[in-house]
Amino acid sequence: MQRTPDTGLSRRDLLAAGAVTVAATTAGSSARAEGAAEIAPANEVVVALQTQMQISFTINGTVKELNVDTRTTLLDALREHLHLTGTKKGCDHGQCGACTVMVDGVRINSCLTLAVMHEGDSITTIEGLGQPGELHPMQAAFVSRDGYQCGYCTPGQICSAVAVLNEIEAGVPSHVTGDLTAAPEASVDELRERMSGNICRCGAYSNIIDAISDVSRSPA
Amino acid sequence: MKFDSAATTNPIDRLKVIGQPLDRIDGPLKTTGKAPYAYERHDIVADPAYGHVIGATIAKGRITAMDLSAAERAPGVLAVVTARNAGVLKKGNYNTAHLLGGPDIQHYHQAVALVVAESFEQARAAAHLVRIDYKAEPGRFDLHAAKGSATAPEPSDLTGPIDTHVGDFPRAFAQAAVRLDETYTTPDQSHAMMEPHATLASWEGDSLTVWTSNQMVAWSTGELATTLGIPPEKVRLISPYIGGGFGSKLFLRADVVLAALGARAAGRPVKVALQRPLIANNTTHRPATIQRVRLGAERDGTITAIGHESWSGDLEGGGPETAVGQTRLLYAGANRMTSMRLAVLDLPEGNAMRAPGEAPGLMALEIAMDEMAEKLGIDPVEFRIRNDTQVDPEHPERPFSARPFVQCLRLGAERFGWDRRNARPGQIRDGRWLIGLGMAAGFRNNLLAKSGARVRLDNLGVVTVETDMTDIGTGSYTIIAQTAAEMMGVPMEQVRVVLGDSSFPVSAGSGGQWGAASSTAGVYAACVKLREEVARKLSLNSADAEFVDGEVRVGNRSIRLQAAAAEGDLVAEDRMEYGDITEKMQQSTFAGHFVEVAVDSATGESRIRRMLAVCAAGRILNPKSARSQVIGAMTMGAGAALMEELAVDTRRGFFVNHDLVGYEVPVHADIPHQEVVFLDETDPMSTPLKAKGVGELGICGVGAAVANAIYNATGVRVRDYPITLDKHLDRLPDVA
Amino acid sequence: MRPFTYERATTPAEAAAAAAHTQGARFIAGGTNLLDLMKLQIETPPHLIDVNGLGLDNIEATEDGGLRIGALVSNTNLAADPRVRRDYGLLARALLAGASGQLRNKATTAGNLLQRTRCPYFYDTAQPCNKRQPGSGCAAIGGFTRQLGVIGTSDACIATHPSDMAVALRALDATVETVRADGATRSIPMADFHRLPGDTPHVETALETGELITSVVLPKPLGGRHIYRKVRDRASYAFALVSVGAVLQPDGTGRVALGGVAHKPWRGEAAESEMPRGANAVVGQLLAGARPTRENAFKITLVERTLASILVEAKG
Repeated sequence: MQRTPDTGLSRRDLLAAGAVTVAATTAGSSARAEGAAEIAPANEVVVALQTQMQISFTINGTVKELNVDTRTTLLDALREHLHLTGTKKGCDHGQCGACTVMVDGVRINSCLTLAVMHEGDSITTIEGLGQPGELHPMQAAFVSRDGYQCGYCTPGQICSAVAVLNEIEAGVPSHVTGDLTAAPEASVDELRERMSGNICRCGAYSNIIDAISDVSRSPA
Repeated sequence: MKFDSAATTNPIDRLKVIGQPLDRIDGPLKTTGKAPYAYERHDIVADPAYGHVIGATIAKGRITAMDLSAAERAPGVLAVVTARNAGVLKKGNYNTAHLLGGPDIQHYHQAVALVVAESFEQARAAAHLVRIDYKAEPGRFDLHAAKGSATAPEPSDLTGPIDTHVGDFPRAFAQAAVRLDETYTTPDQSHAMMEPHATLASWEGDSLTVWTSNQMVAWSTGELATTLGIPPEKVRLISPYIGGGFGSKLFLRADVVLAALGARAAGRPVKVALQRPLIANNTTHRPATIQRVRLGAERDGTITAIGHESWSGDLEGGGPETAVGQTRLLYAGANRMTSMRLAVLDLPEGNAMRAPGEAPGLMALEIAMDEMAEKLGIDPVEFRIRNDTQVDPEHPERPFSARPFVQCLRLGAERFGWDRRNARPGQIRDGRWLIGLGMAAGFRNNLLAKSGARVRLDNLGVVTVETDMTDIGTGSYTIIAQTAAEMMGVPMEQVRVVLGDSSFPVSAGSGGQWGAASSTAGVYAACVKLREEVARKLSLNSADAEFVDGEVRVGNRSIRLQAAAAEGDLVAEDRMEYGDITEKMQQSTFAGHFVEVAVDSATGESRIRRMLAVCAAGRILNPKSARSQVIGAMTMGAGAALMEELAVDTRRGFFVNHDLVGYEVPVHADIPHQEVVFLDETDPMSTPLKAKGVGELGICGVGAAVANAIYNATGVRVRDYPITLDKHLDRLPDVA
Repeated sequence: MRPFTYERATTPAEAAAAAAHTQGARFIAGGTNLLDLMKLQIETPPHLIDVNGLGLDNIEATEDGGLRIGALVSNTNLAADPRVRRDYGLLARALLAGASGQLRNKATTAGNLLQRTRCPYFYDTAQPCNKRQPGSGCAAIGGFTRQLGVIGTSDACIATHPSDMAVALRALDATVETVRADGATRSIPMADFHRLPGDTPHVETALETGELITSVVLPKPLGGRHIYRKVRDRASYAFALVSVGAVLQPDGTGRVALGGVAHKPWRGEAAESEMPRGANAVVGQLLAGARPTRENAFKITLVERTLASILVEAKG
């Protein structure tokens, strides 16, 4: 295969591509160096470009620095690089909610965002909420209400539930909010709608809503 | 220990721990993300390579060419495993199709290769560089088209008899005063558990260890050895946490085999999770059925003829969906018939999903009962009660061990406010919503399987239970701990439970709702043995010894339990086996399901407002985790009634909606508060704990209860599941 | 997912320029659809330009009484904006009917407009699809079509546009503001933004290569009743079978746009003149020429009944 550094990328693009040195290969050189990969745009021109990047973010209050493939999702960075496996991969396509984490307090699906897009962000995972022996009130409520079965969607449910109560507190409306101009309340209908991005195939929903209701009713 | 006569009073009956609604002991781990699932064992293997599975893109035919060169040259790639380079692979007994396909392709997304690379991202990218040419062959993909070619399958332990006849069904049906003859369909369904099939495999010499997600440790250990052609003692399978199974993880799947092959090829540990878009077609599913139900009755509602036939399909060599089973036992009736026919289809492999047989079977039978009640002008609850039977209708000399079916229905009707139901459908409105109430019977046999355990007492008084039993969300950890705590007279905190390791005594495993009753019976047996060991060590007469509050008491003597282990751990191992007790009596579990739905009068969308299940399943070992089993099953049943369907492309031969966007399962907003009531019951014919299974009972009948409620709301009868709006939209009242 | 390089852009013009001279480069904002598609190699950009730092995340009043919504305003923040909730209820309702809380927190206004179809054959890369691979054919036609388009379809493609938000924007006569690689800006009416499939179903919008959406502009409020009904099998977190968005005035006039029926949000201003005569008359004209399949013909009835129900609600 012919290799040429002419990809149509400007020098500015290449510099922008990584905070670390760009390694554009010359003809014939190996494209399999650490941190480099072959890219074949439509014109079949092949070049090795920097596809590893250094990132720094705060996970559960601790600054973490990682060198990751640009393709690495936040989810895989957590699970495979940082070994924070509490955040689950159920579908890897934003269809189940098992990977829910909070970024700067806002819940998102960590499977549909790249690690490199979170430079400087503060991320809270299930491990950041509580530990066995010192459970977060939401975790404790899930235990006492049996709001889980196989446990695989559970961290996502709990992260989502914590964020949902914050969203209601902040006045964010939902699909079932009756009066859009009024402040929403933590009714069971509101909780069910807002939690619907977290699928539980074991079907613990009824108990999960009981658990969240317990927490929302308890004095802050 | 052999269980061959009715249980008498034993230490379990103290109910200090058993029967209490205790929090699960694995709760703190699961709610903090600390419970390690198969793909997450960084604690054991520091630097595994990653495998990405490639699925066949035709339904039937052959691979004609495969070019791995680009993938093999791709960055980070360590190995590409295919049938060509994997060596001889045998097929295990539990699978119909090969887990690694090629050159022959038996179904869409059958695994044909595994790309192993240093990183997940590299493996996934390289998988797209594998070039495969196929020659597709025509296949049979349409159950309705193949129905005429269906034949009687070979009977097996799983199927029971293929055709049954009692009395003279044709004559009785022909002569019945009131008759119903309707056909119902249920679609292919997907387990859609949240944790994908996942395995971490590691070789040490010729010994293989797999950390995987599997319901049946011993079965799958043996199947893995068979598949790879290595001695079973060279395989260790570890499955302590399982992110849902529902039958999809009963058997060895491609992730296990490919992880093992990948690890061998790459020379280092490899982990593999099936990609979500592959799962529906790569793994098993609940097969679709066509079911004909015929009921004949006298005007007073006495059933005189009951017939149920079912057609389903599977790959060559597969089995039928046993949708007629419950009809042999649920209602009285002197003249009866059931029949199953199986068509060969080239769709992916059909197999067990939560309550195989009964779940789809009751979806049909219990609509038929509702329709018949209406024809007779009898309340549906009353109609069922009128046809209760306390004996096996095919063998009247064989009684049920316990059958409080009528109590389930009566209590359910009372709790639900059934008397407020308007028997005339389509009458109740709440704004734009049409409101309906529906009910159905729930029925699932109590299956038991021999189950072993090892129990250890140490000098701190800690009791450790080891068994290869699995906890798939069912609460096994907790009820096993409760069993050991009750038997040994120690608090729950003094019990440790270790599960899911093939090096432990073989248990019943998790399936067919046999797990709870069987595995706790095995722990009971081991604990009886340990009690004897303790008594012997303490020079006490074990028959007189009472184990309570961490002490062993005989008369007014009392010794700390751990004293027995002062010189070293005491270990006892045993298993529970069953005599012909289940032959003499029929053991089943029962429920009454009650549902209220609202149907949007304009759009036809059905939403469930209330659900109640009243269950009779022997002693409830832990009402909290048992309730969870039932509400979970009710939720899956609601999905089956309202939305779940693997859509078959009958030209191309695959399930089109093969992800969690396309295959909709219920979300929070679909499920109201669910009420579950357990009858206070013990069944001494089941096990020494007098408990029966409950994990599948909850799904049995609930779909029909939803269907009947929708009918009550709309007056439009839909007999093809799922009951989506397009099936009744054109028959709903005008919008005004 | 193919390897790609990644940069963070700092100004809209710079981002557009970067995209224009890197063949196949893509902007990434929320990423909720793009990354999904990249994992399946339906999208294979060699270079991603992260536009989240462009500062396009404000909602401002326009001089003529409308709102200018920054391209990067999240679906959540847009639906929660007090002005949107008060004056553009249809938009808030449509947004809140879409996806899940987690996805709405990440999904942006521009990204929502650009999301690609959910046709299952488009998503299965083993199947022919003219949208994914021009000229390869359409496996959906003659296949499983329950969710697919009923009007404006072609022999090349019967996919639908999945957005709820876009339906509301179409009914509200929003315009899409962009910047091109050469720094030139333009406004594209929603009516012209999405295309019908025709022979080129892979060309989905009026955007040129590298053209970057900077904002969406809402005209001044219309008043009236704003109703958005999304009809689906499950109660939440599902794409629409059909959706009907309407703005209805006390005098019986109004606007209506549909989702789930076509390759773009479906609206016919002429059909709206029939509004006082009822849903049957409106839908008869709005969906005239529909070419449903046997599996999705129910959508015609469903649209009509849903609109009829909306008209009842508006009167109530």
